[in-house]
Formats: sequence, structure tokens, C-alpha cells
Amino acid sequence: MDDLLDKLPEMDLMRSEKMTLVQLIIPVESAHRSVTYLGELGLLQFRDLNADKSPFQRTFATQVKRCGEMSRKLRFFKDQIDKAGLRCLPRRHELEPDIELGDLERKLADHEHEVLEMNSNSEKLRQTYNELLGFKIVLQKASGFLVSSNAHAIGDETELRESTYSNNGFIESSSLLEQEMKPEPLNQSGLRFISGIINKDKLLRFERMLFRATRGNMLFNQTPSDEEIMDPSTSEMVEKIVFVVFFSGEQARTKILKICEAFGANCYSVPEDTTKQRQLTREVLSRLSDLEATLDAGTRHWNNALNAVGYSLTKWVTTVRREKAVYDTLNMLNFDVTKKCLVGEGWCPTFAKTQIHEVLQRATSDSNSQVGVIFHVMHAVESPPTYFRTNKLTNAFQEIIDAYGVARYQEANPAVYSVVTYPFLFAVMFGDWGHGLCLLLGALYLLARERKLSKQKLGSFMEMLFGGRYVILLMALFSIYCGLIYNEFFSVPFHIFGGSAYKCRDTTCSDAYTAGLVKYRDPYPFGVDPSWRGSRSELPYLNSLKMKMSILLGIAQMNLGLILSFFNARFFGSSLDIRWCTGSQADLYHVMIYMFLSPTEELGENELFWGQRPLQILLLLMAFIAVPWMLFPKPFALRKIHMERFQGRTYGLLGTSEEDLDVEPDSARSHQGEEFNISEIFVHQLIHSIEFVLGSVSNTASYLRLWALSLAHSELSTVFYEKVLLLAWGYENILIRLIGVVVFAFATAFILLMMETLSAFLHALRLHWVEFMGKFFHGDGYKFVPFSFALLSDDNE
Amino acid sequence: MYGFEALTFNIHGGYLEAIVRGHRAGLLTTADYNNLCQCENLDDIKMHLSATKYGSYLQNEPSPLHTTTIVEKCTLKLVDDYKHMLCQATEPMSTFLEYIRYGHMIDNVVLIVTGTLHERDVQELIEKCHPLGMFDSIATLAVAQNMRELYRLVLVDTPLAPYFSECLTSEDLDDMNIEIMRNTLYKAYLEDFYKFCQKLGGATAEIMSDLLAFEADRRAVNITINSIGTELTREDRKKLYSNFGLLYPYGHEELAICEDIDQVRGVMEKYPPYQAIFSKMSYGESQMLDKAFYEEEVRRLCLAFEQQFHYGVFFAYMRLREQEIRNLMWISECVAQNQKSRIHDSVVYMF
Repeated sequence: MDDLLDKLPEMDLMRSEKMTLVQLIIPVESAHRSVTYLGELGLLQFRDLNADKSPFQRTFATQVKRCGEMSRKLRFFKDQIDKAGLRCLPRRHELEPDIELGDLERKLADHEHEVLEMNSNSEKLRQTYNELLGFKIVLQKASGFLVSSNAHAIGDETELRESTYSNNGFIESSSLLEQEMKPEPLNQSGLRFISGIINKDKLLRFERMLFRATRGNMLFNQTPSDEEIMDPSTSEMVEKIVFVVFFSGEQARTKILKICEAFGANCYSVPEDTTKQRQLTREVLSRLSDLEATLDAGTRHWNNALNAVGYSLTKWVTTVRREKAVYDTLNMLNFDVTKKCLVGEGWCPTFAKTQIHEVLQRATSDSNSQVGVIFHVMHAVESPPTYFRTNKLTNAFQEIIDAYGVARYQEANPAVYSVVTYPFLFAVMFGDWGHGLCLLLGALYLLARERKLSKQKLGSFMEMLFGGRYVILLMALFSIYCGLIYNEFFSVPFHIFGGSAYKCRDTTCSDAYTAGLVKYRDPYPFGVDPSWRGSRSELPYLNSLKMKMSILLGIAQMNLGLILSFFNARFFGSSLDIRWCTGSQADLYHVMIYMFLSPTEELGENELFWGQRPLQILLLLMAFIAVPWMLFPKPFALRKIHMERFQGRTYGLLGTSEEDLDVEPDSARSHQGEEFNISEIFVHQLIHSIEFVLGSVSNTASYLRLWALSLAHSELSTVFYEKVLLLAWGYENILIRLIGVVVFAFATAFILLMMETLSAFLHALRLHWVEFMGKFFHGDGYKFVPFSFALLSDDNE
Repeated sequence: MYGFEALTFNIHGGYLEAIVRGHRAGLLTTADYNNLCQCENLDDIKMHLSATKYGSYLQNEPSPLHTTTIVEKCTLKLVDDYKHMLCQATEPMSTFLEYIRYGHMIDNVVLIVTGTLHERDVQELIEKCHPLGMFDSIATLAVAQNMRELYRLVLVDTPLAPYFSECLTSEDLDDMNIEIMRNTLYKAYLEDFYKFCQKLGGATAEIMSDLLAFEADRRAVNITINSIGTELTREDRKKLYSNFGLLYPYGHEELAICEDIDQVRGVMEKYPPYQAIFSKMSYGESQMLDKAFYEEEVRRLCLAFEQQFHYGVFFAYMRLREQEIRNLMWISECVAQNQKSRIHDSVVYMF
């Protein structure tokens, strides 16, 4: 038996890859190249040998800093390019030679200097331009105020008076002040004005502040500017308001000017004379057009410079990122000054040793180093990392398992079985081939666009869907299968596999729902007979079918888990741990009780399946027999378990004396157990076995969720079909029919396809994590994270 | 609900308390400070900080760094945290968070007013202001000539307005005036904050009254020490002390008549919690007092995190971050000026 098992072909996924701890002694001159090549290969996980040193005390800290600085510059370029709204398509990578880090650094510094200088220049220009533009707007708008205020000065005055007299609530003092001020002609006394332009969002506060500062002794006029002015810092267009403030007195003037300054309002002096105004406007306009030309030229220049950078930006980004990773890795190595070489340790899969060796040799020859890289296997003390080689299909399932816990090194991997059991359990809950087809279409869409979608960045939700596209595909296929067995297409049965086995007792079919149908030919060849639908006993029949099926499936899956735990125990225990082995065997024996149980149920179910309804009574009898059957063996089994425990313990004690010689880390746990008091072990084992017995019962019951969910699903879809679609179809009105169809479609899409999928998914997840994997899976390993450039770019994007 | 915070606190405050505790976990530890102290230049500091929560704030800074940039960016992080929390907060927590800002507002007002008095450029002054204490019309402060105008023009719109009731004089502004104004405002602010926390009740009142009392006492001691030898009368001095705290009222009577630092010490040693602080110092010394007070404050702030379901954690977090930024500023300054031996003079370790 052992031979047979050992000779089985190795499957990559069954257990994680065998890992080896290796040591590299790399001469300094070829260190960088070696690490780069290893990064390209991506099969070695370096261990940090300098964990106690802070980042800037490490050997290659300066290089890392330089890389950080370069990536900052690259980010700056990217920002600038985004700001300019350029789209830079990277040139073909092959056209450009690999660039040295030093060269790149110099190049980047040059470019940055250039861009910065241009930025500051253009910012200055922009500033002047904005000021002039503001001036122009103020000239245009404010002159209007001045003219109108001259003309309507008297009109205003009378109006004001009227309003103050009519409004008793007005504050007397302020109105008095204004009355005093107003009668004076505009150009006579100290009545002067300041005009300027201000951001629209500051206007209200500005006005209030002016009012307070001058104690209401001013007149504020405003009008929106028609043009928007670009804010140079954010390069957004800002709405501006032109204002003119009339006031009197020198003190008020200084105050107002200060307030203008505080609010960032640009003030311009506008001559009252219209001819001077026109002259000024002309001057400003001509200077504006000059500046515009300069600005345009500057922008073109800027765009060109950025374009030049943009062409190779992506290339540079990857280069810098790689270099940084290389130096980070080099920092993990121990630096031996006397020997002029770096010492590194790391994990690699055993199969990759030759590849790594080749790569290292290549690195040595490429860097013309006289001393080769020394590469040898070390004895490992700690547990190696877990590494599975997955493909596109298995990856998603491996992810589901890893979400629960990363498998212990070389532990049986539940992902292998999950590939089939997971979608199947899902489908048991989601059995409807119409809905399955919808899912299938979705999955096929994702698959068809796989190449395109895998390149672009997706939202978190789409990412999740896309990552699980193969899971969805399998789920869809299985639910079509289960749907065919349940014979449900959007809850409607179809005669796909021939006619029903039943027919009415007479031609009128009047007693079909009271007396029932008669069987007149062979049973329906595949799945549930369509005639069950709508019959009085449909629900009891389907319930008993689904319930028993889910118990069977559950027991089968849990047995698989127990068998795996046996294999795990054998795998780890064959060399070191006898107690584990006996323990598992006892567990296996215990499970036999359930295996005894299940054949009786299986029989009952089979008979029901072939037979007729009265046989349900027989099933009930069976159940009555099953209760004592389940009760009686339990104490015996427990006693037997305890017997085995005692035997196991003696073996275990014998075993420990030998085990002490081994210093494998995996044995640590069992050692601890062995050294304890005997009674303590006994109690512990008692608790453990009771827990297991109870666990088996409750876990079995937990599989009933398969039945419950599938029932809920089919009932829900029946309700939507009958109470929405058929009800609406009963009316002759086209509008009602349309509404019915729409409601039905939405209910199907959102409730049945999305929410039900999610709930079935989660329940399948729980069944796997708790009921199945709880039987054997430790999940206390850690993942193999090789140093790889390919993974690197994925992470940072 | 008084005394039953555990029942209802999480309805509105649970999320934010979780957030603030997460932020607290991001504070630099003693190990971080030890590493920072070994830095050779400011780039090393940046590199070390890039592994902390400050990383994303510093990463886009070009390489010749200055202490001011580091401090500015670290403060930005604090402000972002604060703003995020303020956005999420509901009453009364949002008011509580607003209260935390008022101290900075007072400092900013004083800074601008003093600056204008010495005829500095307003824009330059505004850049120096703490971003937490900014309010809309802060730049207009420069217009004011005296307290009354200051109040009437600008501050009437700000939450500081009620605190001004005691310092409305028509005197022209001068340095002494401004300093008195600062302390009067602070007194009013602390008392108001204290009252607000008492009104909130429960664990918040309990913890905040302890923290604020410490703050008030510290200010009382500082006012006393700073006013020794000035023309401030005893009565005026006493008016500046906040009307709560451990020293209130008998300690204040005694502090008001102190004429030198040793007398202050004599007064303070009667109070057990402060005895430890003063016993660390030799006679006649007041240099290390600040650090000793900061250390005691940090200790108390850290203790605020030991209890759940109260707003004190927000106050404590903000204060701890500010202390951390002070530490970083000191370390960067020491590193930049090659005075590494003096780093430990002023750094207050937290965890």
C-alpha cells in the first residue's frame, strides 16, 4: 500500500513545492548583475540578513536614495505631462538601448532643470498676463460705472432718501452718514474710488469687510467679468468680479488698500477721463497680445520638452523601479568587507536550482568576474515557505484557499479538490439552467475579452469578477448541470429528455390535482420529471430529495477531508509522529459510523427515486430505525476511541525516545503534547473526541444549507415567474405586460442572479472553509514571495 | 447619556474613535526616534520617515531638504487627519474638534498682529501661521490698529469673538498688550472648553478635565515665570490665570505674589503631581521646565487612550502629533546643524 502511494505521479498542486534553503556568495563586482538576473528569473526569495539595521545604515542606502530621488523626478514629469494634457505613447522598447543608471540620473536632472525653469518663466509671464488681463477687464467695466455714477448721481441720491425714510428698521446713524456724504458732488470733495478685480468666492466677505472698516462710509459697485482668468497655481479657470469702491478720506484709502491686499484683490487705478481710458486700453491690449504670443511659444516649447520626456517615461519608470528593487535586495545581503563578497540566503523551489545556477554562471561571465558565484544548499531550521505553481484556472481557487490561510509547507492542498467541489456545491444551491446560462454568458464574455481586460486597470468590483472568471465559468457549467437535474429553467420545467413518465387518469385531467397522476412508462431518463411541477407533493418530494442529497454530499466531502487528514498525518508522521497517525485512524474509524448510516439512507432515497409516493412512509420508518442506530454505536465508538487512544499513547511514548534525535521543526508540537501528564492527555483527547463527534453531527447538519438555499432559490424564481410574469401576461393590456416583463427581468438580474449568486457563493465558501478544511487543514504557513521583476511592476501599478 | 457611553457612543463616535486609534498607532515610537537620531543628514531622515505615515507627504520633495519643509509636510499630515475626522464628525463631536483648533487660532491672531506691529509682510506672516488655526479673514487682521478694531473688524466673525469680552480696550497695540491679550484669550478659551467638556459629561468630562486642568496649571506657571521682573501687577497677573485646575484658587493666590523662580517652585511643590516635575530640576533652573512639562503632558495624553468611549482621544492624538512634529523639528534642526549631541535635550519620547 505504501509503495503504491509513493509511486503515484506527483501532482504540483497536491502539496506545495519542495523548497530548499540556499546560500549565495557573490563577488562584489558581479553582485548587481547576478541579482538583476535573479530578478528576471523570479524564483528566489531572499531572506533579510540585516533586519536589525535601519534602512539608511545599509550598504546600498545611497543607491536606494538615488533611485528614490529619480522616481520622484519621474513622478514630477508624469504630473507635468498630465497637467499639459499630453498623451505620450511609449515608443517601442526594443528601439532604445538599456540605459545606465548614472546616465539616466544625469538625463533626468537635466530634464527636470529645464522643465522647472520653463515653469517658473511661464508662471511669471502668466502672472503679468493675468494682471494685464485684469486691468483690461477693469478698464472696460469700471469705466461704465464711472460714467453711470456721474450721470445718475442725483437720481441715486433721491432714491436713497426714499428708501431710508420708508424703512424705519434701518440703522439711523449709517443712513445719516450717507445722507451727509451724498449731496457732495463726485469730483469735488475727497470722494475717490478704487477699482479692481477679485475672485468671486471672496466677494461677499470682501464687501462686508469694507463696510465694517469704513463704517459703511463707502459705495460698492460690482459686475461680473465676462472672461475667466486662469489661476496659475492650480491652472483652473476662476470667475472674477470687477468692483469699484467709492469712499472719502485718506485713512479709509489706506484701510481699503490693505483689505484689498489681504483678500488678494488686484487694484488698478482707472483714470476718470475717457480719452485717457481709451489710450490706456489700447496700450494694455497691445501688450496683452505680445504676451499672449510669448506665452503660446512658451507652452509649445514646454509641450515639446515634455513630449521628449514622455516618449521614454514608462521605460525609465520601469528601469528605476527595477534598480531600486535590486538595491533593496542587495541591502538584504550580508556584506563581508574582508572577503570582498556578499553573502545572501534565500528559499527557492528545489526544481529551480539548476536554473538559478545557470543564471548565476551567466552573470559571472557577463560581468567578467574572475571568481564565480558560490551557490550551495543549506540546512534549514525554520519551516520553508509555501509555493504552488498555479495556472490561470487554478489560481482563483488557490486564492480562495489562501484567503482562509496559507497552507503549511507540504500540506495537502484543498485547492485541488475545490476546483470541482466548490462550483459543484455552489451549483447545488443555484441549480437552474436558465440562470446558469446567464452566468455562463457573463463568464464567456469575460473570457473572450480576457486579453484586453487583463491589460487595463479595472475597478475593484470588476477586478474581483475578472479574477474569478474561471470560477464563474465552472460555477455556471455546474449550475446548468444541476439545473438540468432539477429540471428548472427560470423555474419552468422542460421536456428535454423525452416525455414525462406520468399521465392523467382520464382525458379531461380533472382530478390531476386531487387524485394524482398515473405512471404509464419508464421513468424520466435524466433529472426530475417535469410533471412534478405544480403537483401537491412537489415540495415534499423535492425537499426530501435535496435534503438527502445534501447530507450525502456533505458526508462525502467531510470524508474526503478526513482521508486527507490521514494522508497528512502519514506524510508528516511517517518519519516522526506515531500519535498523529493513530489519532487519525481512530477518527477514520469513527467516521465509519456515518458511513454505516449513509448506505441506509442511500437505499431509501434510491427507492424513493425509482418508486412512488407511498414509499415515503417507508422512508419515515427508515428514519425511525436510524435514530437508535445512530444513538447506540456512539458510546461504543467512543469507548473504542479511548482504547485506541491508550494504545496510541504507549506507542507515542516509545516513539518520543527516537524522535528526540530528530530536530525537525514540525515535531515541536507533538513533543510538547507527549511530555504532558497522561491524565491531561486523556482529558484533552476526551474533549477532542467529544468535540469531533459533536462537530461531525453539527457539520453534517450544516450541509443542510445546500438544501435550504436551493429550495429558496427555486421558490423565489417560481414566485417571480408566476406572480409577476404570468400575472402580467394574463392582462390584455400591452403596457401591463411590458411592466411585468421589465419587473421580471430586473428581479431576475438583481435578486436571483446577483444576490443569490453572492449568497450561494458565500455558503459554498463557508462549507469549504469550515466543514471541509477544518477537518485537516492547518493553514499556518507563509507564502513564497520570490524576488521578481514581473511581480514588482504588478504591485506598483 | 451620562454614564452610559458604552451603550450609545459607537452610534456616532465609533468609526472616528477607530480612526483616531489607528492614527495613534502610526505615531513614531522610541525605536523610530533612536533611528532618527542616528541620521547623518536630512535625506536620511526623509528616508526613514518614508517608511512611516509621513511617507506619502515627503516623497515628492526634491532632494536638498530643509527643516521647514519637513515640518510643513508633517503638519500637513496632521491637518489632513484632522480635516478628515472633522468631516465625519457629528454633533457634539464636531464642536469638540473645533475647540481643539481655537488655541491655534489665538496663536495665529497674535502672530499676525505682532508681525504687523513690526511691519512685516502679511503674506510672509500668513505662511508662518499654523494651518489648523486659519480662518477666512485672517489676512485682514493687519488692518486693525487697536483691540476694539481688531474685534469689530475681523474677530467678530470667528469663534474667538466671545473670548474677547475681557480685553476690549481702545489702547493701541503694543507687545505687552498683545501678550496680555493672548493670555486673556487663552484663559477664556480654556475655561470655555472646560465648561463644554463638563457639559458633555461622562468619560469625556473626566478625562478632559484632567488634561485641561494640567494645561491651565502649566500656563499659570509659565505666566508667572515670564512675568517676573515685568511691570505686570500682581492683580493683573492673577487675572490671567484660568479659573479651574489643581492650582485654583489657593495656588493662584500664592503664584501671584512670586518674585523669583524658587518661590514658584516652593508653591508648586505643595502639589504632589507637580512635585515630581520640579524635583527633577536643580534650584534656580527653569530651562528644563518646558521639557519636564511636555513629558508629563505626553504621559497624561497617552493615558487618555487607556479608556474607551470618550472624546479625549481626539484631543490627545492631536496634541501627541504636535509634540511629535516638535520632536521632528528639533531632530532635523540638530542634524542639519551638526549638533547631534543635543538631540536628546528636547525630544520627548512617547511610546
